[in-house]
Amino acid sequence: MTEPLLRVDGLRTHFLTRAGTVKAVDGVSLHLARGEILGLVGESGSGKSVTGQSILGLVDPPGRVVGGRVLFKGEDLVTAGEKRLRAIRGRRIAMIFQDPMMTLNPVLSIGTQMVEAVQAHEKVSRAEAWERSRRALARVGIASPDERLAAYPHQFSGGMRQRVAIAIALLHSPDLIIADEPTTALDVTIQAQILFEVQTLCRETGTALIWVTHDLAVVSALADRVAVMYAGRVVETGTVAEIIGSPRHPYTRGLLESVPSRNRRGVPLRSIPGMTPSILDLPEGCAFRPRCDRTTGACAVMPELAGERGDRAWRCWNPVGAEVRGDAA
Amino acid sequence: MTAPPIVELNGLTKRFSRKLDVVERFARRLGAAIDDRAVQAVSGVDLSIAEGEVVGLVGESGCGKSTLGRMVAGILPPSAGVLRWRGTDMRKLSPADRHRANLKIQMVFQDPMASLNPRLRVADIVGEAPVVHGLVPRRQAEEYVAATLRQVGLDPAYLRRYPHQFSGGQRQRIGIARALAVKPDVLVCDESVAALDVSIQAQIINLFMRLREELSLTYLFISHDLGVVEHISDRTAIMYLGRIVELAPTPELFDKPNHPYAKALLDEAPRVSVEKRRFAPIRGEIPSPLDPPAGCAFHPRCPHAMPRCSAERPALREIAPRRWSACHLNETTGP
Ligand SMILES: Nc1ncnc2c1ncn2[C@@H]1O[C@H](COP(=O)(O)OP(=O)(O)OP(=O)(O)O)[C@@H](O)[C@H]1O
Ligand SMILES: Nc1ncnc2c1ncn2[C@@H]1O[C@H](COP(=O)(O)OP(=O)(O)OP(=O)(O)O)[C@@H](O)[C@H]1O
Ligand code: SF4
Ligand code: SF4
Ligand SMILES: [Mg+2]
Ligand SMILES: [Mg+2]
Repeated sequence: MTEPLLRVDGLRTHFLTRAGTVKAVDGVSLHLARGEILGLVGESGSGKSVTGQSILGLVDPPGRVVGGRVLFKGEDLVTAGEKRLRAIRGRRIAMIFQDPMMTLNPVLSIGTQMVEAVQAHEKVSRAEAWERSRRALARVGIASPDERLAAYPHQFSGGMRQRVAIAIALLHSPDLIIADEPTTALDVTIQAQILFEVQTLCRETGTALIWVTHDLAVVSALADRVAVMYAGRVVETGTVAEIIGSPRHPYTRGLLESVPSRNRRGVPLRSIPGMTPSILDLPEGCAFRPRCDRTTGACAVMPELAGERGDRAWRCWNPVGAEVRGDAA
Repeated sequence: MTAPPIVELNGLTKRFSRKLDVVERFARRLGAAIDDRAVQAVSGVDLSIAEGEVVGLVGESGCGKSTLGRMVAGILPPSAGVLRWRGTDMRKLSPADRHRANLKIQMVFQDPMASLNPRLRVADIVGEAPVVHGLVPRRQAEEYVAATLRQVGLDPAYLRRYPHQFSGGQRQRIGIARALAVKPDVLVCDESVAALDVSIQAQIINLFMRLREELSLTYLFISHDLGVVEHISDRTAIMYLGRIVELAPTPELFDKPNHPYAKALLDEAPRVSVEKRRFAPIRGEIPSPLDPPAGCAFHPRCPHAMPRCSAERPALREIAPRRWSACHLNETTGP
């Protein structure tokens, strides 16, 4: 077996706050081959964004990676210096932030920022960089590129800002893109256009992708494999067919049942009962215990991630079995 | 018995103009035909929303949904048109009444990071307005904020945190809590559940529906998520390039969309499936609001476009009771 493009091993990222230690990411392992697309889904606040930021060394203090390794083509990025990381960021690994204003500078025109992004890693003329920026905007469905390049971020709609951030990530055909909820505010036609560009890139240049999202429809259509997070940990992994078709972790099943579906208009949606636990105050044992309908005495001990194969595993003592799901339509 | 609509828009329009630079101004003085380049973000929108109604607003990215929402919420002045609050033109209200009306229409912003003051703690972000407006005595503010946070599924232990210490979805819920805290009559929700995982999304949607029952809250619900819109709205409006192109009771619109753009939207909606899908690029040209196509703005992408479509703009017409659509096909062939 060849070494994967990316291997995250036991990653732990904590925030030391006055109220206590927030273990935002607590022992996350992932791997990704060239050209592969991993969907990262999970509860709001479960550590998806912090995982993505940790891979690129972008966690701000008081947050810190306190354990684990991030092997990118065999090189550990956790111990790599800032200079080395800067050379990798944007060119080899691109990040699309959940909040596009993390990428965009409000006081510079979009054109200036895109030209800078091109020239940061490649020696090309301004004219060439401008031309590449125009083409990048067209790829994400932004019309009148010249005039849009002259405009400032606040003159764009929310979804247009998101698309500019995507266009910047696609500029250098990187080896890996970490996309954090990149299409949350896009309508289906534009979304399809962007997913088309992304699929083409992965297929043609072997770019691998971590697609952080809560949109299970997009994950199911786009990804090869899925990892589900809850309270700082991966609680289930598998292929799309395995996760969507036969979820084993009760949280994953709860997620699938909460999707608003057709013909149930006005009926209250099923939601997982109870509240997201405060990461500062997690229950002993399985973190999902207070909200789980399958809990038993065993659950007072944290279950390991285990299953059929290394990449088909769940973290649960009483996994959802072969019994009929309660909500068959 | 016929109470006026709680909110009524008449020809509501918003233009953003870009100032000409020096050279362009000079050229114009010499007679060049250059205008202040304007983005017509919203063009002549008519819409009335009844008390307790949920109107969903969907449409392509950049088509003007947020701009329309911000005008309804009184944050952005319209360039033209009238906005009525319980039957009265907003501009004709006394300053005190206008202030009260504006407080009663709250907006949950699309971009929570940009709309939350980074230097304030959550306790103040959510608690300040209700205290200032006398809805809650100051000494009960903290308790009130805690209860509001719990409603949106946030742990009150987070009260002393700043916005940057939250995840994206948690910030979105702070925005919802802030809007709910002033006890509005109308809530303009701009992609308010977009960054939430489906389980918390379900909780928030159920909360919205419960508040609607209990307080007869009215919603203008902007979302790109057709599943969500179908689930919660009574009527759905579809926008394309600044105009409403279809408006109908939700079940009818989703079962049998009339406008070709509405059909395209519904056809493309991704569904949860176990199969991978090959995505296809958009066919036809994406229009620019800086340079809108003549006639029907959808004609460059419309599979049914006829010569008339690029020459004449179809008006929004009632094609069946309570069903409105703006497409020439309705005249040539009937719906
Ligand atoms: N600067 C910080 N200080 C303290 N806690 C933080 C900080 N940043 C993030 N956290 C906490 O870390 C946890 C994980 O956050 P993260 O942003 O990774 O969540 P997420 O899975 O991306 O959620 P969402 O889907 O809502 O974006 C959250 O509980 C959040 O409150
Ligand atoms: N302050 C501004 N100055 C200039 N143009 C603006 C401004 N705000 C919005 N626009 C333009 O108005 C149009 C509509 O923007 P709006 O934000 O209303 O779109 P939207 O439908 O909410 O899109 P999205 O789904 O992407 O959020 C866009 O072309 C945008 O570039
Ligand atoms: S380990 Fe126990 S509490 Fe946790 S998910 Fe499984 S059954 Fe539920
Ligand atoms: S008016 Fe013409 S171009 Fe526009 S939607 Fe109807 S058929 Fe298509
Ligand atoms: Mg996040
Ligand atoms: Mg918007």
